[in-house]
Amino acid sequence: MTVTIVLVCAGVLLALAPIAVALRSSNRATRFVYGASMIISAVSLIAAIAHLLGAAAPESITLPVGVPWLGAHLRIDALSAFFLVVVDLGAMSASLFALGYGEHETAPERVLPFYPAFLAAMTLVVLADDAFTYLLSWEFMSLTSWAMVMAHHRVPENVRAGYVYLVMASFGTLALLLAFGLLAGPDGMYAFAQMRAAHPSAALGALTLILALTGAGSKAGLVPLHVWLPLAHPAAPSHVSALMSGVMTKVAVYGFVRIVFDLAGGPAWWWSIVVLAFAGVTTVMGVLYALMQHDLKRLLAYHTVENIGIIFIGLGLALAFKAHGMLFAAALAFTAALLHVFNHSLFKSLLFFGAGAVLTATGERDMEHLGGLIHRMPQTAFVFLVGCVAISALPPLNGFVSEWLTFQAILLSPQIPSWGLKLLVPAVGALLALSAALAAACFVKVYGVTFLGRPRTPAAEGATETDWYSLAAMMLLALLCLLAGILPGLFIDALAPVSSALIGSRMPEQSGAQWLSIVPIAASRSSYDGLLVFLFMTISAMLAAFAIHRLASDRLRRAPAWDCGYPDASPATQYSAMSFAQPIRRVFGTIVFRAREASFMPPPGDTRPARLTVELRDLIWDAIYAPIVVGIGFAADRLNRLQFLTIRQFLSLVFGALVILLLVLAIWT
Amino acid sequence: MSGIDFDIAHLLAGSLVLISFLELYQDRLYSLLNIYAVHALVLAASVAWQAFIQDAPHLYVTAGIALVFKAIVIPVALHRIIVRLGIHREIEKAVGVGPAMLAGIGLVALSMVVMLRVTSDADPLAREDLAFALSVVLLGLLMMVTRRNAVSQVVGFMSLENGLVLAATGAKGMPLVVEISVAFSILIAFIVIGIFLFRIRERFDTVDVQVLDRFRGERR
Amino acid sequence: MILDVAVQGVQMLLVLFLAPLFTGFVRKVKARLLRRQGPPLIQPYRDLARLMRKDVVLADSASWLFRVIPYLVFAAIWVAASLVPTFRTGLLFSWSADLIAIIALLGSARFFLALAGLDVGTSFGGIGSSREVMIASLAEPAMIMIVFTLALIAGSTQLSTMAAFMASSEVGLRVSLGLALIALMMVAIAENGRIPVDNPATHLELTMVHEAMVLEYSGRHLALIELTASLKLVLYVSVIACLFAPWGLAPAGAGLPALAVGISAYAGKLAVGGFLLALFETSIAKMRVFRVPEFLGAALMLGLLATLLRFVSGSF
Repeated sequence: MTVTIVLVCAGVLLALAPIAVALRSSNRATRFVYGASMIISAVSLIAAIAHLLGAAAPESITLPVGVPWLGAHLRIDALSAFFLVVVDLGAMSASLFALGYGEHETAPERVLPFYPAFLAAMTLVVLADDAFTYLLSWEFMSLTSWAMVMAHHRVPENVRAGYVYLVMASFGTLALLLAFGLLAGPDGMYAFAQMRAAHPSAALGALTLILALTGAGSKAGLVPLHVWLPLAHPAAPSHVSALMSGVMTKVAVYGFVRIVFDLAGGPAWWWSIVVLAFAGVTTVMGVLYALMQHDLKRLLAYHTVENIGIIFIGLGLALAFKAHGMLFAAALAFTAALLHVFNHSLFKSLLFFGAGAVLTATGERDMEHLGGLIHRMPQTAFVFLVGCVAISALPPLNGFVSEWLTFQAILLSPQIPSWGLKLLVPAVGALLALSAALAAACFVKVYGVTFLGRPRTPAAEGATETDWYSLAAMMLLALLCLLAGILPGLFIDALAPVSSALIGSRMPEQSGAQWLSIVPIAASRSSYDGLLVFLFMTISAMLAAFAIHRLASDRLRRAPAWDCGYPDASPATQYSAMSFAQPIRRVFGTIVFRAREASFMPPPGDTRPARLTVELRDLIWDAIYAPIVVGIGFAADRLNRLQFLTIRQFLSLVFGALVILLLVLAIWT
Repeated sequence: MSGIDFDIAHLLAGSLVLISFLELYQDRLYSLLNIYAVHALVLAASVAWQAFIQDAPHLYVTAGIALVFKAIVIPVALHRIIVRLGIHREIEKAVGVGPAMLAGIGLVALSMVVMLRVTSDADPLAREDLAFALSVVLLGLLMMVTRRNAVSQVVGFMSLENGLVLAATGAKGMPLVVEISVAFSILIAFIVIGIFLFRIRERFDTVDVQVLDRFRGERR
Repeated sequence: MILDVAVQGVQMLLVLFLAPLFTGFVRKVKARLLRRQGPPLIQPYRDLARLMRKDVVLADSASWLFRVIPYLVFAAIWVAASLVPTFRTGLLFSWSADLIAIIALLGSARFFLALAGLDVGTSFGGIGSSREVMIASLAEPAMIMIVFTLALIAGSTQLSTMAAFMASSEVGLRVSLGLALIALMMVAIAENGRIPVDNPATHLELTMVHEAMVLEYSGRHLALIELTASLKLVLYVSVIACLFAPWGLAPAGAGLPALAVGISAYAGKLAVGGFLLALFETSIAKMRVFRVPEFLGAALMLGLLATLLRFVSGSF
């Protein structure tokens, strides 16, 4: 029943696309399309939640469309239900946000038809139960999001972003195609149920892992396949960026989990080493890139890379534990990774919505041109602060819970007998802790430079608060962040069916723990109570405020800021994003980005301004992609000669090919 | 072997590794010499403890030699050499502190893996002490590789030899004659190096090996 | 049950009232070591009372967040300090936040204080905030590595369980414990802004990290921030004391005599810790700002080495 409901919702969303094309000249088209998307996503969300919480049995349905002897298999089980919840929650909040934000869109006819199709495609990817449906929906998802990335196609950097995105998406789909082909085997068993029943050999499983990691990882944003993400995610309109960063990357994680945990059979012991190595590097590189940015949306996109790294660390640990038969620990690591999937979709969407609100209010995406927005956009500033605190993994919000659970999983890993893992897991733990601290630094920079301080440009001075739809969407997500941080036991119990199905074990029942705390392993070992921490902090803060205001003074007066005797008229003297990141750039960036600073000081008497230049180099692009681009260009240039041959040379090419084929036939038979 | 003996032996061996890391971190010559003197002191303590628990009195002599020669005589002599050479300023590092310490951790991990896998059926105390000793040897080599000043390379060489002594005392039954011959060969090498350092300094006015490289015979 | 609630309440008030006394004691010892008389021990209490009575002078560009942050920071640190076993293990609410959560609470306090530095929009606050987050980006992972080492030895991340384990005879003299202790002391110095990382006594922006962030605070806000800084120092000394010098800690459910012994042992540990801190601060000079990452990088490496050793073998 559930699968029928969700399928009907996806169908209606697909039908909305041509309706949007037909309505494009109407000025109520925006409201209609986004409102309808929101309601349909809400219906689908409720169905998925009911399926997940009810721990219902998997349901499948086969439609007579597509490949004739295969049809289109669609199935909803615990894993699909969970990812459906993530997709639909993101879709619902993005549609709600776009009800207000979409009014400011300059080219709505380039966004509106593709938006419901994008939502439908993501739903179908999660529901797909055979390789053909999966790949078709995956490509459709890439195409519709590409169309929306190219919505403002007059901006040259958007064109480049779309191009790189298309190339990387095609590459990822090729890898997934090969992975599914390997799993289907020579008999062409494309249905997932048949793949589950077959047991691939060790070599086949290894190849499948590498291909799945490449294909799904490039869509999710694993280093070094992440290069399209910081170009494409900022180029799209803000609600689409939120969906791409918060939801589409999670659909890619779903693909990886489905292939590696479900279809490829039991993991070998060394699979986790590959996953953990890439995940650890991704985590640190993502946040270091983010720290060097001053474009708000590009920074958030790089930060998504970091969080994908954290998710894959959890998945890698789950693989390690599962391969050694430690199912209880595997359930812990797996639940931590999935909880982070949910949490990240919440706070990343919230932050992108905030960035979109700032963009409409000021017309600026560059943090160096903003500042002081807390006075002009107070509600947006408040919910954005909640998002920043959540993403920095600070208690009592939800980012901390999934990170805490990952640390607890790392503390269980000395029991793994493999030497490679014994050396790799502490290093990965150190990288995770490093990235958490750097993420907090990054978001101090984001919030402090954008919202605090004094406005740096007239655009920032003239900002006004956003509309109520956008605020409602952001507040909904902020409330969910708080709830997931205070009541984590509910969410962990909701994830139990997923880990039971894929790992074979589940975390202990959390609803029995005292005062709504969570006890991942045993009460004597560790426990955390988000509700109590939140209550203690609130009560202490209010008690301190009350006591001090009563017993001491409560007077206040305003005065100019301390300026050391030199009246400081210009807001340009306050710290900018690049100057805030300078100590960290000097410590980490000199090695990772070859960061070099050069200053030019004019001699006395010269009235030219002094210049400080910071040079950063993207070593991954230089080492991997630039040679490939140069190589392809070189090969294409050479092959171009084929265009200009004479007729006689063309005929001799055809003649030569025919002769070679006949020779092969002669020798081989 | 009771628990506390085990633990103290481990503690002393681990402190030796820690002091090797401290040597990697230093960037002033005098403090490097002081740290090396502490290195030799801890080595003497470790050897004396091994003598106590293995009930091998000749190891006390080894400890005494380590104490007198390596903790007192050699640092004082190096101190004098530095004063006469006039190079008591900063040590130029070829590789920064961060990467050097990361490489140090990698080397410790490597020696753990090698030693604990190769000797999987030996006495647990001896295995782990050997793992620490190999770490000290590798860290001494790392120090020689990442320094540009000849005196600090000598200190790296000395701490490498300390690691060898730790390994030898950990495995039971190192005869005194081996220790004496090793110590004397080190002493001879040290005297020769000292003489050469003076000659080099007289000739070229520097003991910075990167600068010295320019005066080699064959050039690229 | 009543005793448990009372003990938890006493713990919360004890750390709160001892914090300024500890700061005063450290200043007195430093002064005496420099052959000065030094301010009286209760001078910090007088400073706090004086600041509480004064008006708050708020910069024109400060926001509501600037006014709320001192209370948030104080609440975070006070909650963290109340959960550290100082004179008795098994506090009533010690299971609600383990050592990782306590470190994360310190991280939230630091997050908000860095935001306060950026709020007014002058360059002083920016210097403090940017240096503070640089120090934090290395100190926090070092602290997490130390927590990993201790948790792998004690088999738990709950502070009460860890303290009880350390006080029992099952723990031996371990190499990783020694490494963790040294790394923890280095991190504690960096996080509390003591010499050689930062100078708590001056107010020059070139030599300070913490003082630059809170430059614009005045009156009762500044009083809360100073109280929080003292409380944070007491928290770190208590953590080091309960993990590495757990003698005298009353076990859970002990009677009044054991509690009295616990309190006097705690006072003694604070006195020894304060004396050692003052001695250390007087004997070395402050480092240049960009030597601090090397210092903290060494702490991170020690923590990583200790964790690695614990992963490799149970007897390290």
